[in-house]
Amino acid sequence: MAINAGDTAWVLASGALVLFMTPGLAIFYGGMVRAKSTLNMMMMSFSAMGITTILWTAYAYSLAFSKDVGHGLLGNLSHIGLAGTIDSVTGAPGHAIPELAFVMFQMTFAIITVALLSGAIADRAKFSAWIIFVIAWITIVYSPVAHWAFASDGWIYGKLHALDFAGGTVVEINSGAAALALALVLGKREGFKRDRMRPHNMPLVLLGAGMLWFGWFGFNAGSALAANHTAALAMINTQIATAAAVLSWVGYEKIREGKATTLGAASGAIAGAVGITPACGFVTPLGALLIGLIAGAVSAYGVSLKYKLNYDDSLDVVGVHGLSGLVGMLSIGFIATLKANSAGADGLFISGSPSLLGKQAIASIAVLAYSFIATYIIATIIQKTIGFRVHRDVEIEGVDTAIHAESAYELGR
Amino acid sequence: MKLITAIVKPGRVDEIKAALQANGVAGMTVSEASGFGRQKGHKEIYRGAEYTVDLIPKVRIEVLVDDADLDRVLDLMVQTANTGSIGDGKIWVTSVDAVVRVRTNERGSDAL
Repeated sequence: MAINAGDTAWVLASGALVLFMTPGLAIFYGGMVRAKSTLNMMMMSFSAMGITTILWTAYAYSLAFSKDVGHGLLGNLSHIGLAGTIDSVTGAPGHAIPELAFVMFQMTFAIITVALLSGAIADRAKFSAWIIFVIAWITIVYSPVAHWAFASDGWIYGKLHALDFAGGTVVEINSGAAALALALVLGKREGFKRDRMRPHNMPLVLLGAGMLWFGWFGFNAGSALAANHTAALAMINTQIATAAAVLSWVGYEKIREGKATTLGAASGAIAGAVGITPACGFVTPLGALLIGLIAGAVSAYGVSLKYKLNYDDSLDVVGVHGLSGLVGMLSIGFIATLKANSAGADGLFISGSPSLLGKQAIASIAVLAYSFIATYIIATIIQKTIGFRVHRDVEIEGVDTAIHAESAYELGR
Repeated sequence: MKLITAIVKPGRVDEIKAALQANGVAGMTVSEASGFGRQKGHKEIYRGAEYTVDLIPKVRIEVLVDDADLDRVLDLMVQTANTGSIGDGKIWVTSVDAVVRVRTNERGSDAL
C-alpha cells in the first residue's frame, strides 16, 4: 500500500514534538522541587527516555499494538524487536503511514506517561528502584492499557467504543491513578506539611510548562495520525482549552487567596491540555473552551486534596493529570458531537442518550482501578525487597549529592 | 574613628550611596543580608499552600568615619534610608581601634 506523504510527514514531526515534552516535563518538575533534589527530579524523566525506548523496541510496542491475544486485553509477541515493522504500513485507507512512524510516535507517549509519575515521589526515591519500577510499569501497566484504548482490537477502543482521542485514559487517568499508588506506598516526605517546600525556581517551571504546551500539539493533533481536518480541530481545541484553563486556575486562585500566581498559570496550562487530550478530536472549539474552564478550576481545587486527605503527591500528578483527565473523559460523554468528527459520537447534550457517557465512565474507572492496583502491587514489591525510599538522612541532605554525586547549582564563588 | 553599620531596605541603597558620595564620604561596603525585626515576614502561596517567609532580604552597609564626621553622616543615612514605613531598618555605631590602608600602610584617619 502506498503511503500518504503529507500524513507521514505530520506523524514524524509529531513524534519529535511529543518527545520534546519529556525534557519539558523534567524542567517543569525540576523547578518545582527544592534545589537539593532538582537533578534527581530531572533525571527521573531523562532516564525514562532511555529505558522506555529500549523496552518499546524489545517488546512493549508488541504488547501494546500487535494482534490481540484475546478479549482486547493485550497484544501478542509478533513485533518483538520491532520485527515485521520495517516495510509495513498502518492507518486508515488513503492515510497510510509507515508503521515505524507510528512506532516512534507511540513510543514518545509511553516515555512521557511514566515520566509523569515521578512527580508523585519527588525528593525521596532511590534511583535504582525508580529504574526497576519504570521497567515493571511500562510492561505491566502501560503496555496493556495502551492496547485497550489505542489499538483497534483493544477492548476500550474496539469493543466498548469509548472515545479517547489522544490518551485521557492511557496517559492522564493512568498516570494520575499510578501516582496516587506510588505516593501512598512511598509515604510522605520528611517535613510534609511542616516545612516550607516551595518551588526553588519558578522561571524553570514556566519554561517547562511552555515546552509542554508546545509539544502537546504533536500529542493531540498528531493523534489524528493524518494531516487533515481532525488534526486541525485537535490543534485549535488544544490551544483553546489550555488557554481557558490558565484563566480559570488563576481566577480560582484570585478568589480563594486573593493572588494570581505564576505557578497557577503554569499549572492551569497543563490541566487544560490534559482535559482536552481525550476530547480534542471529538468536540467543537466552544466545547474545548468549556472543558478548559472546568479542568482548570477542578485541578486548582484538586491540588489541595493532598493536604486534606494526607497523602504526599508531591508535584500534584493526581490533582492535575488524574482529575483533569477524568474531566476530559467524562465531558466527552456530554458534549461530543458528530458535527465535530463524523468518526466520533454524540454526547448526552446532543443525543439525549447517556449511552456514550456510560462508556466514558466505564473506560475511565477500568483504567483508574487497574492502574492503581497494579502500580500499588509493583511499588510495594519494590519497597519490600530493595526498598523504594532513600534513608531519612539522605532525604534531608538532598538526594542529588547522595545519589548522583552532583548538585544543580554552584552557589557563591 | 567609628564604624557605622546600617541594615536598610534594598531599594534605598542607591540613594544612600549617592548622598554619601556627594558629601565627601570616601568609601563604603555593601553586602546582601537577610533577617527579621519588627517587620514580620511575608506570605507566599504555591498551589494554594501558604508559606510565611520570616527572613526578609535587606542590605547591610558599612561606613568608616572620623569621629568629627559621625553625626553628619549618620543624619544623611537616616534621611535617605527613611521611607516612613515598617522595615526601614536599623543603624548602629561602634568604636574602631585601628584602621590600616593596605597599600600604603597608612594608619588612623589618614587611612579613611
